Amino acid sequence: MDALEIARWQFGITTVYHFMMVPLTIGLGLVVAVIQTAWYRTGKPEYLRMTKFWGKLFLINFIMGVATGIVQEFQFGMAWSEYSRFVGDVFGAPLALEALLAFFVESTFLGLWIFGWKQLKPAIHLVCLWVAVIGSALSAYFIIVANSWMQHPVGVEMVNGRPVMTDAWAVFTNNTALVAVPHTLFGALAVAGGFLLGIAWYHLWRRRHDGVDTVGADGRVVPGEDSRIPGRDRTDYSVWIRSLRIGAVVAMISFAGTAVTGDLQGKLMFQQQPMKMAAAEAACHDGTGFSVLSVGNVGSKNCDDVVAVIEVPGILSFLAKGDFTTEVKGVNSLLPEYKAKYGTNLPDNPVYGDRAGQEIQYVPVMEVTYWGFRMMIGFGGLAALAALVALWITRKGTVPESRWLMRLAVFGILAPFGANAAGWIFTEMGRQPFVVAPNPDPSGIDQVFMFTAAAVSPGVSAGELIASLVALTAVYAVLLVVEVKLLVKYIRGGVVSAMPELAHAPADENEDRTPGPGGTGEAKPADDVLAFAY
Amino acid sequence: MELLPTIWFIAIAVLWTGYLFLEGFDLGVGMLMKLFARNNTERRVLLNTIGPVWDGNEVWLLTAGGATFAAFPLWYASLFSALYLPLLVVLLALIFRAVAFEYRGKVDTDSWRNRWDWAIALGSFFAAFGVGAALALTTTGLPLNANGDRVGGPLAWFSGYAVLGGFAVVGFSLLHALAFLALKTDGDVRHRARQWFVRLLPVLLLPIAAWALAIQFLDGKPLTWAAVVLAVGPAAAAWLLARKGSEGRAFLFLGAFLVLGTASIFGAVFPVVLPSTLDSAFDLTISNASSSNYTLGLMSIVAAFGLPLVIAYQAWTYWVFRRRVSAAHIPEAHSFLPAVAAKAFTTKG
Repeated sequence: MDALEIARWQFGITTVYHFMMVPLTIGLGLVVAVIQTAWYRTGKPEYLRMTKFWGKLFLINFIMGVATGIVQEFQFGMAWSEYSRFVGDVFGAPLALEALLAFFVESTFLGLWIFGWKQLKPAIHLVCLWVAVIGSALSAYFIIVANSWMQHPVGVEMVNGRPVMTDAWAVFTNNTALVAVPHTLFGALAVAGGFLLGIAWYHLWRRRHDGVDTVGADGRVVPGEDSRIPGRDRTDYSVWIRSLRIGAVVAMISFAGTAVTGDLQGKLMFQQQPMKMAAAEAACHDGTGFSVLSVGNVGSKNCDDVVAVIEVPGILSFLAKGDFTTEVKGVNSLLPEYKAKYGTNLPDNPVYGDRAGQEIQYVPVMEVTYWGFRMMIGFGGLAALAALVALWITRKGTVPESRWLMRLAVFGILAPFGANAAGWIFTEMGRQPFVVAPNPDPSGIDQVFMFTAAAVSPGVSAGELIASLVALTAVYAVLLVVEVKLLVKYIRGGVVSAMPELAHAPADENEDRTPGPGGTGEAKPADDVLAFAY
Repeated sequence: MELLPTIWFIAIAVLWTGYLFLEGFDLGVGMLMKLFARNNTERRVLLNTIGPVWDGNEVWLLTAGGATFAAFPLWYASLFSALYLPLLVVLLALIFRAVAFEYRGKVDTDSWRNRWDWAIALGSFFAAFGVGAALALTTTGLPLNANGDRVGGPLAWFSGYAVLGGFAVVGFSLLHALAFLALKTDGDVRHRARQWFVRLLPVLLLPIAAWALAIQFLDGKPLTWAAVVLAVGPAAAAWLLARKGSEGRAFLFLGAFLVLGTASIFGAVFPVVLPSTLDSAFDLTISNASSSNYTLGLMSIVAAFGLPLVIAYQAWTYWVFRRRVSAAHIPEAHSFLPAVAAKAFTTKG
């Protein structure tokens, strides 16, 4: 492997990893904010418990997103200096604005929320969480604006061989970004939905398994209490059944959202990056059919090796244009167009290193695009279907005693994560061989593009890149184990793991009677300084 | 017209100063976890002084980096790629440190805490040292060719200035943290922090003073020489005020010292942002490394509103958490029994 390939692996690994933590942060943050709002309005104890419990898991995960996010910003300069030089005038701005307008907001107000339970009035405390959540969504917007410019460059002019921003409005309202932002946010919510559903199912199952909750003759649940374990009362039952239902509904709504926005995105992509979509279909020839299953060597250089076994006529045309008859171009008719427009060989320029003069591979790696596209849709649809089934199964108030069903619900948490990762891998790998894909719109700036081969840092050696690839991958792997271990520990602990007060005053029903907002009278003086302590 | 690049040079200097001022003390507190705190309760006192604010402080680094990318892409590209390995160390240090803050209290055993305490202390040290080295090298130069790429291999950036800059930021951070702890804690920690501050000030400020002076001898201008000379004033004032027990003012005067110090350093190298040690024709300057006036203008408008807003709500955060923390405030560690047994996943249903 040479420097370019190592740098690409590193960017891929660190980005996919970062994007495991981030959707959970965005999605769960919003869910917790809604739950805390419910607590603020109703004062019901189960909402306080839900806020604390899901808030605790949110924080365990949040910090990993923060820690791995810094790597992303530094990496452009460290490993992709030629890219940074080429796009800096237009690409740097959304990154800088993300830090200035979004990430500052998110970190500062989240700090206020974590530590400010007693120092802030309940209304202000709640507002702090909302501000942090809006900050995280805004953060996603700026990052996707930057990414969308790589997918579909707009608002620039070429000056001395570099794109220079001439129209910020065009950059910040790039249609690619306007559909990718809601698509990503719905994807994040899908993760949160599955997370709530799986964990809540687990706790409801455990309550049944231990005989705390029983089922009456009519099949309806009879919630019970176990005084031996702190916090395992009837309120605890409400915590989990409500969490389960919220999770299931969020999962279904967000799948519908990703489907609608994904369809819009697909139609744009057929215009903006036709090769990506042809590769998503592994389609050689023009046609109208959507492949459900294609066999043969999808990665073959000669794409006629791939044979569509099951194909639904008309669907591809619908995905691309909204009708059932338009012929969609396949790889074979796109290739000559790309070659005519952007050349057949990489220029003899030193920035390409050993690759100078090589033939350009315009077709992305088809195993990745074909299966990435299908995994995204498959995992997403599966999670939504599972959520629907879960709602039906739990219609009488609890889950069945089946251990396997519980395991399925817990492992189902992974499906939306898989859909998110597959979607990003598809769209980024599908952009190859370009790092900045050319914009084929008639009004577009056809010559603003950059091959990935030219983007890597010329001064950085393969050895340095291997060192960082190994170090980052190893550290990320260790931290993933630690994070999952802690999440499991706190999940198993139940609500009391996030609310020590439940354990310290087992017989005390104060918590239930305290009107949510304003119930701070009984706090000890020490608590005014540290309502929460590391 | 060089107005906008000049404004952005100043803006980036302000962002770095903000970063050193704010994260300076939380990096220092991190290192003091192993150097100063004597037991777990004291370590938790230290941690909780910075708990609500450290993450917001760290964003100053991201903003400084992002602003450099947006305003001076060639500076960003050359500096970050030339310093590949040291910045990798900074990244790893920041990752461990951030995770350690959050995870340290999540398992109630000494070995778990001790491991994360080391992560905090070493993470803080290497982050401070690496940032200091990078800042020093951007003022003294790197072996860059005409394209702005480092020549001479992965360690070609190394020079005595890197070490000096590293110790400069480590020293300043430690001192700033002692001032901060004296201001933010009570009881024994407060008194010891003040004692340490008074005793160690001359030593801990030595490297940063040496760096500021070295830059003046290399590139100094009358105005920046004046800033260096003037900086002695607030440093001396901080020392005297700390002796007197006026902790808040000592902290602020140390901040004033930092502002004069960074102003003298950034001012001296202006308008060069990153000199090449191979040929001054390859120097990156505010004119040949900057973005277009359109981009800089856009960023200026946003920053003119955004930065004061950030300063306002961060200041509010410090006001909300203004009370001193002492050992008496630290709650007991919270251990809990799992409501659900581990064997749920391993035994057959």
